[in-house]
Amino acid sequence: MTAAYPFRRTCKEVSALLIAREDRALPLRERLALRLHMAMCQACPRFERQVLTLRNAMKQWRNYSEAGE
Amino acid sequence: MPSHPSTDFEQQLVEQRSYLMRFARLQLRNDAWAEDAVSETLLAALAKPQAFEARSQLKTWLVGILKHKIIDAMRQRQREVTFDSGSDDDNADPLEHMAFKTDGHFAEKPADWGNPEQDLKSRQFFAILEACTDKLPAVQGRLFLMREWLEMSSEEICKELALTPTNLYVQLHRARLRLRECLDLNWFSQAPTR
Repeated sequence: MTAAYPFRRTCKEVSALLIAREDRALPLRERLALRLHMAMCQACPRFERQVLTLRNAMKQWRNYSEAGE
Repeated sequence: MPSHPSTDFEQQLVEQRSYLMRFARLQLRNDAWAEDAVSETLLAALAKPQAFEARSQLKTWLVGILKHKIIDAMRQRQREVTFDSGSDDDNADPLEHMAFKTDGHFAEKPADWGNPEQDLKSRQFFAILEACTDKLPAVQGRLFLMREWLEMSSEEICKELALTPTNLYVQLHRARLRLRECLDLNWFSQAPTR
């Protein structure tokens, strides 16, 4: 499988990559695999939006809570 | 009690104590450490009131000092801060709770979180977010807030706490997925009363 489709990833693997991307730079081949998967998948873009929402939420929380409410 | 002209300033500082404690506790997960960090912060502020004069926001200035004190505290206690005595449940991979088929594809699509711009304007949303963060297991919570509140890079965290990157990434992976799950359950899937 892996040899025949070196850039194929499951949704579960992609979810782990989307989470990992919040804390580290992904290697080039993982970034490419992620792109390819996202272009074909209906479910993972939703998960990605959740992760981006969380990223935004934490950023807002920092500003909001430190502005003294 | 020595009386000097800055008593007013002292009073203002003391009034910020509970606000500072909230963040110190959330980050340190230990009341005694939090007390110490906050006391050190207030002492440092008292020692250099002139540093505040040009600033308009007392809270922001104090939080800035507190963050440094907290990083010092964690550096000094790096073993305790990163010692994971968590339960099996704490250490489970939350990805395993998600609905994947055996071939690794989603069994059902993740929920559509709608229009989060609206949520991010809501005070209640932030209360839930903070509660979900507080519910993270201690080590995961500390490391997660080092990234998200102290705004440290993964490299800085590993260096300060003598952690391996692999260890850090495993904890952050769990923390982020747990937080996602907690918000999914307690905010995004709730009846649209907001």
